[in-house]
Amino acid sequence: MTDRRTFLRVTSLAGGGLLIGTLIDLGGAAPLWAAEPLTGTNTPFSPNAFIRITPDGAITIVAKNPETGQGIKTMLPMLIAEELDVEWKAITIEQAPLDEAKYGRQFEGGSTATPTQWEPLRRAGAVGRQLMLAAAAQQWKIPVGECVTEPGVVIHKTSGRRVTYGALATAAAALPVPDPASVPLKDPTTFRIIGRRTPNVDNAKIVRGAPIFAIDVTVPGMLHAIYEKAPVFGAKVTRANLDEVKSAPGVRQVFVLEGGTALNGLMPGVAILADTTWHAQAARRRLRVSWAAHPTASQSSADFAAKAESMLGGAPARVLRSEGDVTGAFARAAKVVEARYEYPFLAHATMEPQTCTARFANGAMEIWAPSQTPENGRQLVATTLGIAPAAITVHQVRGGGGFGRRLNNDYMVEAAAIAKQAGVPVKLTWSREDDIRHDFYRPAGWHGLRGALDADGRIIGWSDHFVTFGEGERFAPSAGITPTEFPALFVPHFSLGSSVIPLGVPTGALRAPTSNAIAFVFQSFIDELARAAGKDPIAMRRQLLQQVQKPESGAMPAGVMDPSRMLGVLDLVAEKSGWGKRTLPKGSGMGVGFHFSHRGYFAHVAEVRVSKSGDVKVVKVWAAGDVGSTIINPSGAEQQVQGSVLDGLGEALKQEITIDGGRVVQGNFNDFELLRIPEAPPVEVHFRTTDFPPTGMGEPALPPVIPALTNAIFAATGKRVRSLPLSRHDLSWS
Amino acid sequence: MVVTFTVNGTPRTADVPADMPLLWVLRDVLDLKGTKFGCGIAQCGACTVHLNGAATRACQIPASAVQGQKITTIEGLSTDATHPLQLAWQELDVPQCGYCQAGQIMQAADLLTKNPNPTDADIDAAMVGNLCRCATYQRIREGIKRAAVLKREGTKATPARPARRPGEA
Repeated sequence: MTDRRTFLRVTSLAGGGLLIGTLIDLGGAAPLWAAEPLTGTNTPFSPNAFIRITPDGAITIVAKNPETGQGIKTMLPMLIAEELDVEWKAITIEQAPLDEAKYGRQFEGGSTATPTQWEPLRRAGAVGRQLMLAAAAQQWKIPVGECVTEPGVVIHKTSGRRVTYGALATAAAALPVPDPASVPLKDPTTFRIIGRRTPNVDNAKIVRGAPIFAIDVTVPGMLHAIYEKAPVFGAKVTRANLDEVKSAPGVRQVFVLEGGTALNGLMPGVAILADTTWHAQAARRRLRVSWAAHPTASQSSADFAAKAESMLGGAPARVLRSEGDVTGAFARAAKVVEARYEYPFLAHATMEPQTCTARFANGAMEIWAPSQTPENGRQLVATTLGIAPAAITVHQVRGGGGFGRRLNNDYMVEAAAIAKQAGVPVKLTWSREDDIRHDFYRPAGWHGLRGALDADGRIIGWSDHFVTFGEGERFAPSAGITPTEFPALFVPHFSLGSSVIPLGVPTGALRAPTSNAIAFVFQSFIDELARAAGKDPIAMRRQLLQQVQKPESGAMPAGVMDPSRMLGVLDLVAEKSGWGKRTLPKGSGMGVGFHFSHRGYFAHVAEVRVSKSGDVKVVKVWAAGDVGSTIINPSGAEQQVQGSVLDGLGEALKQEITIDGGRVVQGNFNDFELLRIPEAPPVEVHFRTTDFPPTGMGEPALPPVIPALTNAIFAATGKRVRSLPLSRHDLSWS
Repeated sequence: MVVTFTVNGTPRTADVPADMPLLWVLRDVLDLKGTKFGCGIAQCGACTVHLNGAATRACQIPASAVQGQKITTIEGLSTDATHPLQLAWQELDVPQCGYCQAGQIMQAADLLTKNPNPTDADIDAAMVGNLCRCATYQRIREGIKRAAVLKREGTKATPARPARRPGEA
């Protein structure tokens, strides 16, 4: 069957060369797609792994990446369907299983799908369309140039003859597949699907309650499992009353998994397998485990804060960037502003708690997972359990939220290890408390900032001592900073240094990692400098964006913000929000923030009303974004911006994870509070289209809303918020 | 204990512990997976069902309390997914991840029964217990108001929002 299998590469895809956010390296250029075997008559037409057309006219498009609510199962097939030229409502979308040899990289992270797939998936569709044109021309014995397509049909322009893709499928399947790199793409002005509001393809199932989520997976004969781990991350089991738990109603098996020491691997714990999730949860209340002493038990948020305070009193342990003459700039400054900022650990709290189903039989492992990085999960299971990767099948199942939580595959390796040990299929379902207490947290951080203004109120000097987590030269995951982060390259005398605190608590990427904290700090401090200079916050930012410092080589480093694009969205949001044109009463105010991340440019304005007693009401947010030439799915794009903005507001208003004795204090939505509907303001979304390739939407709209909010609070009350969450602050005024 | 009750109009029997929450009776015993587990302590609303017509958190109702009662889940809200909320949710593309949406829709259905023309403030008050981690709250508000229109005018109501390209009005 594989003798005619050919692997095609698109040489124009910069798979290894693109900037992949701060998190994920795409690695080398994997084969983008493999052609299906073409075996002559009566086989479906399938010029590559993404398209299938049967002679009866059924058209299937394969969605390759994990879907956790970012809308990729809708958006990627839109790219293929556009260039294949088919009727969107007539096609079936199918979720691909994990098979990177066939589909290329399959993951969700760093807002990378749009920039990496925009061209290759359109080319995948265009290959199909060219073959349909060629098959029709062959059938009609005319030059291919006389044929055009309308959705699902080829038309001979002069005679008006028409033939459907289905009727051409068999003939097209026998033709040689053209090189995707050379097939013509549509003129964007003729797009029928790209650029149209396209609802999520799973909506019909979602509104009916169809069992499409990872937690809904059912495998014949499976048991329901819970897995109790140590409250102190990584502590081993020394003793547990397994026999007593085993005697609880409905319980089938109880056992200890020894686990390892890697925070993102299989951690030690006790598995309880029962007839239903409830039986396992109920039996868990009888479980008594003695956990071994662990050094992380000595760590707490209060100690971290004390250490940070002490470190900020001294010089940074490392210099990350130093430009110009910082000391001289501060010495000759007309005004110097100093401030310390801090932000807490955060959990992801996906609505669907971590869950995974696994079956191990005859040496083969089969897994149903909502992972954002399923191949990493497969490798983790392989190395942890000693199973060859080829013997592990991973089904990609819709996840109830991702936000970076499911970049890690701890729940996957747990389900697999439990299923292997138990000898029966197992669905593992974490409790909410497991989820909040065993996350990979957005790391807390502290910044000691100094800014120097000249007599004209220009920012001439900037110095930041960033206290974060790590050891030596290594930052904990998502605890670092990009040395060229704005306003580096815009302030002539600039220094950034860091000091690190060792940490035994797992950390990881939370939607717009690093940016979700840095934007709050830097954009708030720029606001402080604007106030000190007596300047309008937007005017100050415009001036700063115009004083870009060209490196001596003349070339800006890769992945750095283009100031003209940021000015574009800043002007757009100023216009849409009526910035500077409205007089607000005391207690009300508007604030602005902008941030460049994940290749996207966003500037937001927030309007708040703060009651005299200090209750904050966000009245409205205006969001302006530049993600390039094309908004592929305006409905999904608007969702991502609104969701990101409200996500950021939720983080800023109430969210905080506290470590005490090496364990997480919070446990459920009563003490780790998500934004609720009365707190959600309208978010007005505007895009500025520019002549750049389109980029991703999952993350870059989040970071600027937090400083927009805190800067608005300053405008309303005169109180500067330098630490999060807001619930810590007394914002009352009179 | 053996519990007999009506689920989506059909009599059902389950032999379960008396303290087993209705949520798990539905999900793991009756294989109705539309009702979702989110928190287990009535903080998120993902498990919202109707108990004798009123929105209720299924994670808080023990099996012993549903004996002889009528339960409606998302699977039984309509026979063919044509409840105005189900139509409005698809028309306005309300879900993001979709995990909380069964609970949102069941809560909203209860609201529309009591208040056929809710304002934003009515919606906020009724839906405050239903968390959406993706924060599609703006579209939930629009969706409920759209469903109210569909309920009054039927499916001939003018579409709420035409497909458009960026830049078009």
